[in-house]
Amino acid sequence: MIPGSFDYHRPQSVSEATAMLADLGEDALIVAGGHSLIPMMKLRMALPEHLIDIQDIADIKSISISGRDVAIGAMVTQADLINSAELQAICPILRETSLQIADPQIRNLGTIGGNVANGDPGNDLPALMQTLDASYILVSNSGTREVKARDFYEAAYFTERSETEILTAIHFTAPPAGHGFSYMKQKRKIGDYATAAAAVIIALKDGTVESASIGLTNVSDTPLYAEQASRLLIGSRLDDATIKSAVEAAKTITDPAEDGRGPKEFRVHLTGVMVERAIRQAIKTAT
Amino acid sequence: MNEQTPISREDRLQKLKGIGSARKRVEDARFTQGKGNYVDDFNLPGMLFGDFVRSPYGHARIKNIDKEAALAVPGVIAILTAEDLKPLNLHYMPTLAGDVQAVLADEKVLFQGQEVAFIIAEDRYIAADAVELVDVDYEELPALTDAFKALDDDAPLLREDIKDKMEGAHGPRKHHNHIFLWEEGDKTGTEQALSVADVVVEEKITYQRVHPCPLETCGCVASMDKINGKLTVWGTFQAPHAVRTVASLITNIAEHNIRIVSPDIGGGFGNKVGVYPGYICSIVASIVTGQPVKWIEDRIENLTATAFARDYHMTGKIAATKDGKITGLWCHVLADHGAFDACADPTKFPAGFFHIVTGSYDIPVAYVGVDGVYTNKAPGGVAYRCSFRVTEAAYLIERMIDILAHKLDMDPVELRLKNFIKKEQFPYQSALGWEYDSGDYHTAMEQGMAAVDYYALRSEQAENRAAFDRGETRTLMGIGTAFFTEIVGAGPVKNCDILGLGMFDSCEIRIHPTGSAIARLGTVSQGQGHATTFAQIVATEIGIPAEDITLEEGDTDTAPYGLGTYGSRSTPVAGAATAMAGRKIRAKAQMIAAYLLEVHEGDLEWDVDRFQVKGNPEAHKTMKEIAFASYNQAIPGLEPGLEAVSYYDPPNMTYPFGAYFCVVDLDVDTGVVDVRRFYALDDCGTRINPMIIEGQVHGGLTEALAITMGQEISYDEHGNVKGGSLMDFYLPTAVETPVWETDFTVTPSPHHPIGAKGVGESPNVGGVPALSNAVNDAFAHKGLTHMQMPHDHWRVWKTAEKLGLTG
Ligand SMILES: Cc1cc2nc3c(=O)[nH]c(=O)nc-3n(C[C@H](O)[C@H](O)[C@H](O)COP(=O)(O)OP(=O)(O)OC[C@H]3O[C@@H](n4cnc5c(N)ncnc54)[C@H](O)[C@@H]3O)c2cc1C
Repeated sequence: MIPGSFDYHRPQSVSEATAMLADLGEDALIVAGGHSLIPMMKLRMALPEHLIDIQDIADIKSISISGRDVAIGAMVTQADLINSAELQAICPILRETSLQIADPQIRNLGTIGGNVANGDPGNDLPALMQTLDASYILVSNSGTREVKARDFYEAAYFTERSETEILTAIHFTAPPAGHGFSYMKQKRKIGDYATAAAAVIIALKDGTVESASIGLTNVSDTPLYAEQASRLLIGSRLDDATIKSAVEAAKTITDPAEDGRGPKEFRVHLTGVMVERAIRQAIKTAT
Repeated sequence: MNEQTPISREDRLQKLKGIGSARKRVEDARFTQGKGNYVDDFNLPGMLFGDFVRSPYGHARIKNIDKEAALAVPGVIAILTAEDLKPLNLHYMPTLAGDVQAVLADEKVLFQGQEVAFIIAEDRYIAADAVELVDVDYEELPALTDAFKALDDDAPLLREDIKDKMEGAHGPRKHHNHIFLWEEGDKTGTEQALSVADVVVEEKITYQRVHPCPLETCGCVASMDKINGKLTVWGTFQAPHAVRTVASLITNIAEHNIRIVSPDIGGGFGNKVGVYPGYICSIVASIVTGQPVKWIEDRIENLTATAFARDYHMTGKIAATKDGKITGLWCHVLADHGAFDACADPTKFPAGFFHIVTGSYDIPVAYVGVDGVYTNKAPGGVAYRCSFRVTEAAYLIERMIDILAHKLDMDPVELRLKNFIKKEQFPYQSALGWEYDSGDYHTAMEQGMAAVDYYALRSEQAENRAAFDRGETRTLMGIGTAFFTEIVGAGPVKNCDILGLGMFDSCEIRIHPTGSAIARLGTVSQGQGHATTFAQIVATEIGIPAEDITLEEGDTDTAPYGLGTYGSRSTPVAGAATAMAGRKIRAKAQMIAAYLLEVHEGDLEWDVDRFQVKGNPEAHKTMKEIAFASYNQAIPGLEPGLEAVSYYDPPNMTYPFGAYFCVVDLDVDTGVVDVRRFYALDDCGTRINPMIIEGQVHGGLTEALAITMGQEISYDEHGNVKGGSLMDFYLPTAVETPVWETDFTVTPSPHHPIGAKGVGESPNVGGVPALSNAVNDAFAHKGLTHMQMPHDHWRVWKTAEKLGLTG
């Protein structure tokens, strides 16, 4: 449990950091909160020669909200997400989800940027970002681009981000006021990744669904946006038959691996249970 | 005349904080401030670090080991392989079970994670880098990971080193992967009882491979002083004296030149009883280099290479009359011991005390047979917070009783009450040869039933089941009971030894002139709070406040010889020695007091902290006064000083017992089991410190929860270990842990000087069957007889699915 040796860098600005990345290329890795990367380094599954610690970069640490538009800096910690009253007011699912990540010690250091950039299908925030239809801001020496969370994930630990880019912020528009939401996660214990988890956001008008969005965590090698399942809910009055068909649609896109959490069949089944429970909970929270 | 202001007897008793006082743990001041002193806190000048190259395969031949690239790393001092140990005859070491174990793999590796080479480097970072650079050329062989296939004709030969040795340490071996067959009881009589019984139930019950997983992993610092020839080893040893003797026997270093020290230990639970290759390699490395050498395992190494526990595949058969009187018990165990037989059991008992399996019941005839087999898994088989194989036995009988109740359509608690050994039957001779010292099972069970309102729970369950069938709920309620009897305090030297070392234990007490004292024991606390509780025994015996008594353990240069701490033996054995040493001191103190008070010894009586003249309590001498006089006053016929040592060979084991009740709510759609209530009544005889007992029960129950609900070390067919890190190996946190309710009855042990029986392990022994019975009970009405542990989400769900409950 001792990492290989590496050089440590501590840039003070995004441009300094991107310059380092351009210079050092694939031998360098960014470290944010370190709570995914450092365990991998200790197992020598990650062997960076250079670590670029971005914690001193001041302008990627804040949450800014204007109207329903939200911008969250990459270095905002998971604890910050939980403690932000403004976020809670317009998009409470962020707090609900963050509270189900790991434990308080990890959330005090783990960042939103690291959580979504990591590319581990077990991370909880990526599926939520897909549910919110968020975009990631990627900055490199050669410029800035915006990539939708729904287009970002390619395979486990492979993302649209190139090695020379830093994810600096996450942008999204909060769902309409009064929306219903739920993040349902089943895990074996505190600090465990999901056996299956589902994020659901719905907006109702007079009992009819105006918009719906469903995301799934850790049931494939990437987070999943359950597009078909989401669409099935729209226009419905969330009768049992509709919910059932959405649940089945969500299950069909999963492809979980067998691991200590159980065999594939259980995790597929559980995805359905999580989706159904999240929908029913979302209905309850909608106003 | 005595100048002291008279204080009441009650106050004097209070001040002692002796037996019965909920005295706070004296250890906690340093532990809670981060001031403990664990092995990894030792840093000696010039200290080197060792680290292992381990096998990535479960079974493979080593064709070549190329150390060159690793040796070229600056700071790497040396690399040991089996070839280097052979000339010293240290490439194998004896195990506690009479087998040998490779220290460094000799030509073959037999389990994933096995030690292949030992790097010695200037610091642990260099050592870790060098580990990666040792190039071992392996030829993979078919792995054997299914114990049921171990004795097949075509099963791969694992132990080439003993392939021709068909007589093992415990009798003949019937196959190259067979270790022993051990039998106890009356086989014919039991088979006869089964054949004529009204009812017979049979079940295959596996207690999965788990691991004690102490928070501190194993490690040591070995330091050979070449000038005075003395070897000192600080390490995570539950039995330092045994380590010293064994080390002396295998290294030929004279025993007086070896000092073994167990500093603070962060939990042992049986994992730190055995001797590991890391200790031997560190010692050799220190002898070779002349420098101190530290070796500390990481978590994955601890979980995958040091001693596991359980892995018992059990078959039970119970015979009974149709009204529920048990007439016989038959069991067979297929015991998976891994690659080497490194079980930590008293030597004459290769299956430990598994023959306590008749439990709390008056069973007229019984038989057990245990076949031990080799597989490509890590060695071990230690008593994880239990006396040797008692958890396995308690699990088997307590599950079987529930299964029998189900078959007879009887309430499982009533079936237990019907078959209990009765109070007046103690001392009770069990069919498998034990003499139970004392017990009052009916009282304990009835107290428990009243506390949880047992029959009300059963009616609530009936309503829940009806509601489930009407589709109104997806949750099933389960009620589990376990009534366990433990056997602890190994043990009488006549039948208990480890490698020929008798399992007595010891205490030495010295009273200082000003009336405080030091006591040293042959045991070692790993979190049990010995410094607190043993001082309480001394306090009560000699009348010096516990606060004024230093308690020391773990240094073989100063502590009296003892066999260490495991199997709940400290209180039954060393605790008894402590009381006996105290009594020797009191006897001498009485002579001194008689001289000082100018009366006959027989005219004196002991009262809390003093000897007083019978009928005239004003005339007395306190222990404090006596202590001063013992050193500083010439007393005719008596040597100066006040000290004593006792080596206690217990006449029998002690038999703690308890009644546990558990209520669960089980979600059939997710497999999540919520422990709604857990009530634990323990009878450990005389209670030395109720607060420590409660803490021990909480800890043991939490381990029981972990084992029942999630712990498992398993292997795939290639020999890859699964669950070898804390990401998968289930250690519950406070969030997963329910509120534990504790209760007690007191049935003292008649043969123990203070009547105490030992409690640290009871909750693990009784907790697992209570929890498992509750989960099984939730499905019992749907036809389930038994589901294997762990009862994790997917297995519980799978059971629900198989019973047709998930549609
Ligand atoms: C015991 C344990 C349990 C956990 N349980 C959960 C859980 O239940 N759910 C969950 O979601 N997470 C869990 N985590 C992971 C935790 O949330 C991490 O904090 C998070 O995944 C990564 O964030 P970080 O800031 O720590 O990133 P780091 O570990 O520092 O980095 C992770 C990866 O992202 C890259 N990276 C980081 N920041 C950036 C950036 N701004 N731009 C580009 N690349 C970047 C790094 O190079 C690295 O490859 C757990 C972690 C532990 C140790």
